[in-house]
Amino acid sequence: MEIHVQARTRSKMFCGCAIAELNAPPNTHVCEVCLGLPGVLPVPNKAAVEACLKTALALNCEIPRHTKFDRKNYMYPDLPKGYQISQYDLPMSRDGFLEIGDRRVRIRRVHLEEDTGKLIHAGDKLHKAWESYVDLNRAGVPLMEIVSEPDLRSADEARDYAMELQALLRTVGASNADMEKGQMRAEPNISIRRAGSEELGVKTELKNINSFRALHRAITFEVERQRQALESGGKVVQETRGWSESEQRTFPQRSKEFAEDYRYFPEPDIPPLELDRAWIEQLRASLPELPSVTREALKKELPAADAVLIAGSRDLADLYQRTVARGVPPAATANWIVNEVAPTGKIPSPENLAELVRLVLDGAITREQGRSVLMESVETGRTPAEIVAEHGYAQMSDESELRVLAQAVIDANPKATADFRAGRKQAMQALMADLRKRAPHANAKAASELLMKLLA
Amino acid sequence: MTADDLTELTIKEAARLLRLGSISASDLVTAHVERIERLDPHVKAFLRLTPEVWEKQVEESERRIREGNAPPLAGIPLAVKDVLCVRGVETTAGSQILRGFKPPYTGTAVARLFEAGAVMLGVTNCDEFAMGSSTENSGYFPTRNPWDLTRVPGGSSGGSAAAVAAGEAMISLGTDTGGSIRQPAALCGVVGMKPTYGRVSRYGLIAFASSLDQIGPFARSVDDAALVLSLMSGLDPLDATSSDRPGMEVLNNFGAGVKGMRLGVPREYYDVKGIEPGVKAAIDAALFILTRAGAEIVDVSLPHTDYGLAAYYIIAPAECSSNLARFDGVRYGLSEVDAANITDEYLQTRRKGFGTEVRRRVMLGTYALSSGYYDAYYLKAQKVRTLIKRDFDEAFKRCDAIVSATSPTVAFPIGSKTQDPLSMYLCDVLTLGGNLAGLPGISVPCGTSDGLPVGLQVLGPQWGENVVLRVARAYEEASETKAEVASVV
Repeated sequence: MEIHVQARTRSKMFCGCAIAELNAPPNTHVCEVCLGLPGVLPVPNKAAVEACLKTALALNCEIPRHTKFDRKNYMYPDLPKGYQISQYDLPMSRDGFLEIGDRRVRIRRVHLEEDTGKLIHAGDKLHKAWESYVDLNRAGVPLMEIVSEPDLRSADEARDYAMELQALLRTVGASNADMEKGQMRAEPNISIRRAGSEELGVKTELKNINSFRALHRAITFEVERQRQALESGGKVVQETRGWSESEQRTFPQRSKEFAEDYRYFPEPDIPPLELDRAWIEQLRASLPELPSVTREALKKELPAADAVLIAGSRDLADLYQRTVARGVPPAATANWIVNEVAPTGKIPSPENLAELVRLVLDGAITREQGRSVLMESVETGRTPAEIVAEHGYAQMSDESELRVLAQAVIDANPKATADFRAGRKQAMQALMADLRKRAPHANAKAASELLMKLLA
Repeated sequence: MTADDLTELTIKEAARLLRLGSISASDLVTAHVERIERLDPHVKAFLRLTPEVWEKQVEESERRIREGNAPPLAGIPLAVKDVLCVRGVETTAGSQILRGFKPPYTGTAVARLFEAGAVMLGVTNCDEFAMGSSTENSGYFPTRNPWDLTRVPGGSSGGSAAAVAAGEAMISLGTDTGGSIRQPAALCGVVGMKPTYGRVSRYGLIAFASSLDQIGPFARSVDDAALVLSLMSGLDPLDATSSDRPGMEVLNNFGAGVKGMRLGVPREYYDVKGIEPGVKAAIDAALFILTRAGAEIVDVSLPHTDYGLAAYYIIAPAECSSNLARFDGVRYGLSEVDAANITDEYLQTRRKGFGTEVRRRVMLGTYALSSGYYDAYYLKAQKVRTLIKRDFDEAFKRCDAIVSATSPTVAFPIGSKTQDPLSMYLCDVLTLGGNLAGLPGISVPCGTSDGLPVGLQVLGPQWGENVVLRVARAYEEASETKAEVASVV
C-alpha cells in the first residue's frame, strides 16, 4: 500500500506560500517558486522534514545519516516544473513496521515529496474535455509517502492499517490525515494468488479513494474482479485503476504496459541533507505515547470501542488521561469524551471536564444542563461551577417541590396514570416526558421514584 | 570631458567624479546610451534597452549622491545577460520560447547590485539558454566582436562581454556554466570572473545546468570586477546552494601582489590540443611578467582533463533536459494553443520555440538519464567529476593558483564553427574544469595575437576568490595592460 499524507506545516515544501484551505479560490496560494517560473529555486521546509522524521520514527524506521532529494521527470499540465521533487534512492527513512492487532505490517520507506497542482476539466473526462483549467494552490504542498511491504492480506487489514496510520499521524502531530480533505490518499496495489500458492499474480493499483469505507469497498471489488477474470480464463493487466464512488466499481485509468521512465537524478538545487543524530534522538524522545500503546492501556478500563476512539487522537487521549488523573471515574469521563467532546472537536481543559463530570455525577445539574455548560465552558474558558452559578442551573431536588410537580403530572395524565396502575410499566415514560417538559431541571431519578411512590 | 571619455572610465574613476560633482549620473548614463545608439547597430550586444528602469535608477542615484550617502555603484551603468530575471523586464534566455516573458520578480544578484546603486541600461544577447560559445545560438541574432565585427565575441555571455568591451556599459553580468563568462571575456579583451559555486545566489538565473551555473561580473579592471563580485556575494535564503561565507572576503588581501606565490601551470592546459601559437606566446609572456613580479611558476598536472569535456557534455545536458521541461507553453512564453491535444501542444511549442543546439542538448541529456543508460552515462560522468575535483585538490597542494590560457584560440570568424558542434564544444576545454570542480576563475586581458585579445585564466581553490583576484590584479599592474575600449567603427 502506498499512502500519501500531507505533512502538517504552515507553508509549502519549497516556498513560503501558505497551505490553502480546500475551498480557496484557484491560484491564490502561489508564488514564482511553486508556479515553477524560470529562475526560481526550491528551499526545503524544515517543518516538513521534521514531520516526516517523526512519522518515520513512530513507524520504527531507520533514519539514515544522509538523505537527498531527486527529480522525477515527467510532463503534465499540473506539474509546473516538468519534474516533481521527490526522493529516490536515499529516502528520509526505511525498514520500519506498524502493528495492527497481532499483525506486523512492514514499512518499506517513508519519504518526502511535493504535491502537484489540480486540473479542472470543463466537459467530461480528460480526453473528452473541451477545456482544462490548472489550479496550482496544491502544487508544492509537502507530502509524505508511506510505502508498506506486501503484508496486507485483505480489505479488512488494509482498512485497519490505514486507520491505525491515521491515528498515529494525528498523535505525533505529523498530519491531520483527513481522507475527505485529501490530506491522506491511499493507493492499494492489489494482486491475488491461488490458495496454497506463494506466487502473487499481476497487480493493479487503485486510485481516487477518499474514505476508509471506499478503501474497503474498492479492494473488495477489485479482488472479486480479478478472481472472476482469472477463473473465467482471462487475465489481469498491470494498470492503474480508478475507484468510482458513484458506480461503486473500479475502472481502467492508465496502462502500465509501457512503464514510464522518470529519469530520476539527484536534485542539484538542494544539497544532500545530513541528518544530525542529536536532532533525531531529540525527536525520538519527544514522540508522544503512540496510539497502540494508549489503546492497550485504555482497553483495561474502558469498553473497546471507547478505547479505540479515544486512543485514535492524541488530544482526546490526553484529555482522558489527565481528567481521570484528577480522580473522576473512567467510565463517566470516557462517556463524556466520546459523546460530547469528540463530535464537536473542541477540547476543554481537563480541570473543567473533571469539574463538569463531577457536577453531573453528584446530581448538582442534569446531563442536559451539563452539555450546555460544557459548550459554554469551551467557548469562554470559564469554569463549569462559575457558569452553573451564573445561570442558576441546578437540579430541582427538593422533595416538597418535586412532590407538587409529580402530583401535577398525575392530575394532567389520567390515562397514563390508569395504565400504569393497571400494570403497564411503560406508561411511566409518558409521565416522565411530561414532567421533563414542565421542569427540565428536575432531578429525573428522584422524580421518577416519587411518581412511583405516589402511584403505588 | 567628452562623452567618449565617460564611457572609458572605471568604477573607481567614475565614482570619484560623481562624488566631486564633476559629472552627474545622468551624464554618465546618457554617454553610454548614446554610445549604444551609435555602436550597437554594429555590435548587437543588446537585445533590449530598459529606459523605464534606468530613468528611475538615475534619479535615485542622483538623489543619494546629493545627500552624500551614495552607495558604491551609484550611477554606474550596468548591462544584464538575458538569463537573469528582472521584474517587469522582458527576460527570454536568448530564446524565442520565452518571447514576451516578464518575470514578476528580480533575481538576488541583480537586486543586490540595484541596491548598491547600479543603473541597468538593458538586456544583453547570449546563446539560447546559455548553450554555446559564440552567441551565434541566440534565438534573435548573433553578437559581433567589437575588435573585429566579422568575428564572434565568444559565449554564451557574448553580449555582456561585447557591451563592456565596446564601452556600451561600464560593467555587466554574465553566467558561467562551462566558461561562458571567462571565454567571452578573453575573446573581447575584458575582465570576466566566475565565482566559486555557491558564492553568488542563483535565484533569478534561468537555469541551464544547476550544479555548474554561477553568476559573475564583466568589467574593464580587476578592481571593478572584485567590487561588483563582493557586492553580490553572500548567503541568500532563497538559494539552498548559496554559502553563508561573507561576500566581502573575496577582497581579502587581494592587493598584496604575487611575490612569493606559487603559480601552477598544468601541462595538460599549457599544451592543450588546438592551442594557437599566438595564444601560447601571449601566455608565455604573461608567465614571464608574473615571474618578474615575484611569483614562482611550478609545473602541475590535471591528469583527467581529457575526460572533462565528455563528463561536462553528459552532466550539463542531463540537468538542462530537466530544467527546460517547464517550457511547455502552459503557463508562460510561446504557446501553440491550436494543437489537438496536450502532447501535441508540448511538441509544437518546443519544436518552434527551441533552437537546434538546445534541442540537441535536451535530447542528449534525456538519453543520458534514461533507464538503462543512467549508470553508463550520468553516473560515470559524476565519477569523472569527482576525479577532476581531486586533480585540482592535488594541484593546489603544490601551488596557490593555477594559470593558463582562457581559450585555446582568439575570436573566430562568425559561422566558422556553427556546422560542427564538437569544435564549438572544444572552446571550453580550459574553462569547464573549473565548473566541474566548482572553483573560482577569472580571465584578464593579456595582450593580443593577430591583433585580437588573448585572455589569461587564473583558477583558485574553493572560496579562493581573493587569491584569484590577487594574481589577476598583480598581473594587470605588472603588465600595465588595462582592458581597453574597442573603437569599433
